Order: sequence, then C-alpha cells, then structure tokens
Amino acid sequence: MSNCEAIWIGGSAGSLDVLLKVLPRLREDIDFAIVIVLHRKPGADILLTDLLSSRTNIPVKEIEEKDPVKPGVIYLAPSDYHLLVERDSTFSLDHSEKVNYSRPSIDVAFESAAEVYKEKLVGLLLSGANADGVNGLLKIKKMGGRVIIQHPDSAKVSYMPAQAGLYVDYDALLQIEEIADWINKL
Amino acid sequence: MILSSTEKMDDQIDTLMADAFDIYGYDFSGYSRASFKRRILRLYALDKMVSFAEFRYKLRSDAGYFNRFLEQVTINVTEMFRDPGFYRYVREEIMPNLGTYPFIRIWVAGCSTGEEAYSMAILLKEFNLLRKSLIYATDINSFVLEKGAKAMFPMNKMKQYSENYIESGGREDFSNYYTANYSLAKFNEALRDKIVFSTHNLVSDTSFNEFQLILCRNVLIYFDRELQSKVFTLFDESLDTFGYLALGTKETLSEKSLNKKYKKTGNEKIWRKISNE
Repeated sequence: MSNCEAIWIGGSAGSLDVLLKVLPRLREDIDFAIVIVLHRKPGADILLTDLLSSRTNIPVKEIEEKDPVKPGVIYLAPSDYHLLVERDSTFSLDHSEKVNYSRPSIDVAFESAAEVYKEKLVGLLLSGANADGVNGLLKIKKMGGRVIIQHPDSAKVSYMPAQAGLYVDYDALLQIEEIADWINKL
Repeated sequence: MILSSTEKMDDQIDTLMADAFDIYGYDFSGYSRASFKRRILRLYALDKMVSFAEFRYKLRSDAGYFNRFLEQVTINVTEMFRDPGFYRYVREEIMPNLGTYPFIRIWVAGCSTGEEAYSMAILLKEFNLLRKSLIYATDINSFVLEKGAKAMFPMNKMKQYSENYIESGGREDFSNYYTANYSLAKFNEALRDKIVFSTHNLVSDTSFNEFQLILCRNVLIYFDRELQSKVFTLFDESLDTFGYLALGTKETLSEKSLNKKYKKTGNEKIWRKISNE
C-alpha cells in the first residue's frame, strides 16, 4: 500500500511553465492521482488540457463533476469552479463566490482534499502572486499530510511560495528541477 | 471551525440537516456533502457563532435565521449570458426552432436571482418571440426570487454582462435593455412581464407544466447521483418531445434510463428529447 494517494498541485502566475518542465520528468507508473488547480481565465479549458497532455504519457483529464479520482491520472480543475473532493473519492464542483479573488481557489481545493486523504496527501504550491493556497497547506499539515513548496528563488512570481514558506512547516522547498525527482520517489 | 474533529463535525452537519427537515421541511440529504459542509462552516464563521449549540438553537428557533441559512448554504452566484458560447448556441440553433411553436414555455430551474431568465427573455425578444413566450423562473429560496422579480441588478455588473452578451452573438446595444438608476440597472418591464417567479424545490416538488426548453445550469453539481436521477426524471416529465434540456458546462445527463430518449446536440451541454418512450 502506497503512502500517497494523491498529490494536489496549486499554482498561479508563472506556474504553467513549471508544470511543463516537471510533467515530462514524472515516472509514468505513478500509483497515485495528480490533481492540478491553476488560477486562470475562464474558458478554453481544452487547450490547457491538450498542452499538458503533450508533455507526458500519463493520461490528463479535465474534471467533470462526480468523476471518480483514479490513481495514475493527472486531473485538471476546470476554470471558474471551486474543486472539492467527497469522502468516496469523487470530485465535486462548486460555483460559489470567489475565495482569495480566485475560482478555483487553491485553499478550497487543498482544504477539501486534506479532509479526505489526511496523511496520504501531498500538497505542492508553485509560483503565484497572491496568498491563495497557504491556508490549504496549513490544513494539509494539520491533517497529517506532506507539503512541498517551489523555492521562491526559482519562481517567476515568488509571492505565493514565499508566503507559504513563511507560514507552513513544509517538508521540502524545491527548485524546479528537483520537483519531479521528489514526486517520483513517492 | 465548529469542532476540531472531522468525524464529529460530520455528525453535527447531520444534526443540522435533520433539524432543517423536521422543523422546516427542507431535505438536504441528497446534497453533495463537501460543498454543503463548506457552506455551513462558512456561514458559521460569517455569523461569528461561538458554539455549535448556539448555531443549532438559532436555526431551530428562529425562522428568519433559517431563511438566511437557506440563502447562504445554497449557492446564488449567477450572471447574465453566463458562458457566452452556450448562449451563442441557444441563439443560433435553438431559438429558430422554438419559433415554430405557437406558444413557448421555458423553465429556468434553480434560477437564483434570475439573471439567466432575463438573458432568455432578451434572446426571445430579439427573435420577436417574446410576446408568445412565458419563462418560469423557480428556486428553492423565496428571498432570491423576490430580488429577481424586482428586475434590478447592480450597475457595476453591466460591463461584464454586456461583454458576455456581445460574445454570445448579441448585436444590440445591451444598455437598451435597462435604465440606469443610481447604482442599479432596472431591466425593461417588457422583459420582466414575461417571467413568472415562483418557489419550487427540485428535491420535493413535482412537475407543474410542459416546456420546450428547461435550463438548469450549475444546480445539479450540488446534488448527489441519486437526487440527480430523481431531478432528471422530473425534467423528463416536464419536457415536450423535441424539447431541450440545458445543463451547466461541467454537468452531464447521467441518468442511464434516459439515454435512449435524449440526444446530445452540438458541443454545449444541451440534450434534446427525441422520443417519448
């Protein structure tokens, strides 16, 4: 039994480039789910799914409501909805008010995942310009999960990972080229 | 946070749900748990409750507070011409078809403050169909319906709505549809007159008419599969043969027993009822 059921990744400005570098280096036989929550403009979801798919042989799927979370799949949160996960490990979408000026909000997603996956969750926060994600990482730690943060020095926009580094008792602070190795060892 | 333990919190949510049903007759048991729980915790924090006991007491004893609960735990975020690609499809493909009916009935289920109902009224008007149409806009929550019935929306939203409208293929000047009244935009009576606002609970109420188009967008995401299935049956009973069912961009007509009766049309989340058996 793996000690990781899911890794949830949050990112905002400057995070897409990181993903495009990390995804090709991930081992293809991952036995956990990868869930990506990015701040972005509504619409054109299919383009981003295609772009990410082009960098990895792991299947990439844009989430529809009630999709079951399966290991070995990379999931992308749709724009303009908050992403949550139910106890039976199916995705829920929620179109309520923005949180931290964002929908999807990384905090909302991380907090929900923390409750369901507890110590079997890894949260990764990437480059970005606001503090969304910090409370979510705190919740992941509180529920026994692990937290990794992109090193602010390597982030195009350092505010988000820097804030997280300040407030969260993280497990690792990683340069871009170290992220895939860390995940591959899970 | 009500209490630190997640399990305990889940029990408390169950208790509140039971109260809502026993005292006020609202059944939330088929709601998606994660979102429902988040809404309750949000309200708890928003209203600075100090204990679960206080929260529960207030909900049980104060009907006015229950209305607030209803307004806050259900989600009332909507906009005009939301998802312009969807409205473009309705404009180009569905409106000409609706025009062939002698009388057009549209149901906007879970309409909240009515923005989508007004959007539909605008489309009908532009196709010169409004005079022979009626839009039923329903929601579980009478407070949001009252807001919608006033036909007044915040002026600061109009820029976004106008952009949505243009992107959806609208060619008129969007500001012709309302008059600015300080911070509010008052929509034309001609649109308002064709919308019937009424409470309807998708969980417990039955079919009340036959429609050529039912819009229920971003409502079913809050329901579990079992409740979704029940609501799809209700929609099926309320839809004319060859009528359309329009869902939110991430929702799907998941009810297997309806697979043969419905055909997905175009790239939007719109299904057409192609047979009655």
